[in-house]
Amino acid sequence: MPADTTPTTDPLAGVANTPGVKKPDAILVGSSITRQFGGLKAVDVEHVEIQRGVITALIGPNGAGKTTLFNLLTGFDAPDTGEWSFNGQSLQKVPAYKVARRGMVRTFQLTKVLSRLTVIENMRLGATGQRGERFWSAPFRALWSGQEDSITERADELLARFKLDAKREDFAGSLSGGQRKLLEMARSLMVDPELIMLDEPMAGVNPALKQSLLGHVKSLRDEGRTVLFVEHDMDMVRDISDWVIVMAQGKIVAEGTPDQVMSDQAVIDAYLGAHHDTDITELDETELEQATEAELDQEA
Amino acid sequence: MDFGSILSAALSSALGPQAIVFALAAIGLNIHFGYTGLLNFGQAGFMAVGAYGLAVTVVTYDQSFWLGVVVALVAPVVLALVLGVPTLRLRADYLAIATIATAEILRLVFGAVETREVFGGSNGLTGFAKTFQDLNPYSGPLDLGIIRFRPDDLWSLTVGWILVALGCLFVWLLMRSPWGRVLRSIREDEDAVRSLGKNVFAYKMQALILGGVFGGLAGLFFAVKQASVVPSDYSTNITFYAYTALLIGGAARVLGPVVGAMIFWFLMAGIGAFFSQATAGSDPLIPTWAMSDIQASLVRLILVGLGLMLLMIYRPQGIFGDRKELAIDAR
Ligand SMILES: Nc1ncnc2c1ncn2[C@@H]1O[C@H](COP(=O)(O)OP(=O)(O)OP(=O)(O)O)[C@@H](O)[C@H]1O
Ligand SMILES: [Mg+2]
Repeated sequence: MPADTTPTTDPLAGVANTPGVKKPDAILVGSSITRQFGGLKAVDVEHVEIQRGVITALIGPNGAGKTTLFNLLTGFDAPDTGEWSFNGQSLQKVPAYKVARRGMVRTFQLTKVLSRLTVIENMRLGATGQRGERFWSAPFRALWSGQEDSITERADELLARFKLDAKREDFAGSLSGGQRKLLEMARSLMVDPELIMLDEPMAGVNPALKQSLLGHVKSLRDEGRTVLFVEHDMDMVRDISDWVIVMAQGKIVAEGTPDQVMSDQAVIDAYLGAHHDTDITELDETELEQATEAELDQEA
Repeated sequence: MDFGSILSAALSSALGPQAIVFALAAIGLNIHFGYTGLLNFGQAGFMAVGAYGLAVTVVTYDQSFWLGVVVALVAPVVLALVLGVPTLRLRADYLAIATIATAEILRLVFGAVETREVFGGSNGLTGFAKTFQDLNPYSGPLDLGIIRFRPDDLWSLTVGWILVALGCLFVWLLMRSPWGRVLRSIREDEDAVRSLGKNVFAYKMQALILGGVFGGLAGLFFAVKQASVVPSDYSTNITFYAYTALLIGGAARVLGPVVGAMIFWFLMAGIGAFFSQATAGSDPLIPTWAMSDIQASLVRLILVGLGLMLLMIYRPQGIFGDRKELAIDAR
């Protein structure tokens, strides 16, 4: 577990708001990452750095390449060109499971819960270094039951934190869409990641729960973890992120603090097109939300 | 119509060597398909390398029976590696295609004229089971009134059912462990398991090997029990009978494949005996214009198929399965 540090002074103070800017203490660094699908360059990132110990939001219109970039960085997809490193160690050609073991864990935009396992079993799976997961020690309960108990204890704490404790024994497949998002996030925390990458964690979560979820994400930072999340919900972005990276058509078009970014002309262009003269902060939010939801529905 | 003899035929099949062979094969498929979600359509191939592993070692290379047993258990491991290394990183259907094709290739190679020196051609190999038969402690038959087993059958049954019981115990121990949890999770969603830092390929390989060894054990037992191996015994329908047994009993349940295999052979033998009696003699119960005795031997397959369809409609989870679990859509 990373050391408990509460940022007293803003670590990103003085960082220029230019795309691809260097960060004082980057946990994740990527250069010239490209990924082509047929004739479409889905990701074309010249340089990107993610500051350690803060919450970074990755925003951009649908199809900007955010999920694809997540896939590339975490080893779920291979880029055509580019190199990237986590904690100074290169992640090129490192398979997805090893990326996760190094402390960089992602969630999925389309949630991946293990339907025919119970919620608690989903959670237990997340723990790393389990002795009982090795074939030769698996048949002998005495070898792993102690570890299993402590894993279960940790899982129960997380379930309580995410208000899923009542669902403990239910099949994950019986959870609602929002509950699945919560379970996936809680499960990824079982890995005890240094960097957690959330792909649209708020999609489909009700407003009341959203508030507490925002609190959880902030508490992750307070625990010393780094958070990188993709989100279309501008409220959330403004509320909790320390830094915002904007993608459009595969490229990083803007970076900066939430306030800086939301008044940036490039962002407004990327996001709004037609509403050229509106400040994004003044944009009718329900309209924006409806648009995102409609698109999400389409995807589902 | 002699219902006693029909029941006797059905029961002795359900408790007999056939059920043991298919129970072992289906335990393997349960590990592959029921727990891990791997589609192995070549269990007959794993059985064949187990059976031929023993026979070739003893007959062709003149080695001891016990070395043959070791070879019979190592051969499926090798086959699993050969099949798994290229396909387990790909989509699930590649394994299905590779296994079914490999099983056919093996059967044809074992039966080919060109390889007769080693595998004995279409007549197969015999005379390798003496060590096993000599160990038989039984001198008299077992007579339970309605069914009767000869001493040599009784010896096979004893060994076979002990193997099945140990196999079930081992599967139960494994599947309640975190290792089994990883397998079940892979069945649900590979990428989710990967994102949590598990080496999915390695686990799938382990599952393929373990299930394949159970297939090899089934083939080994089959070979020892009938003291011969014949290539035609390892055709693809063996694999599908084993799948049928698994689905009857209920996938991802420890005892599912065992009970499924018993029910499958009870029905196969019972229905077979019924129709052969009903069409036999000078004044058969079913008139000859409706069904000849040759047709009768095939009707059981039609009826078992029909039964399987009804089972899938009314009890898709099998005998032991949990309907609630099956009803969950795997979104
Ligand atoms: N496997 C694929 N094959 C072909 N094209 C793809 C594939 N994955 C993504 N794309 C394309 O790449 C582009 C970027 O997709 P991506 O999913 O990264 O967008 P996104 O920024 O996550 O969008 P959203 O906000 O809607 O989730 C899209 O135009 C998409 O059609
Ligand atoms: Mg996306």
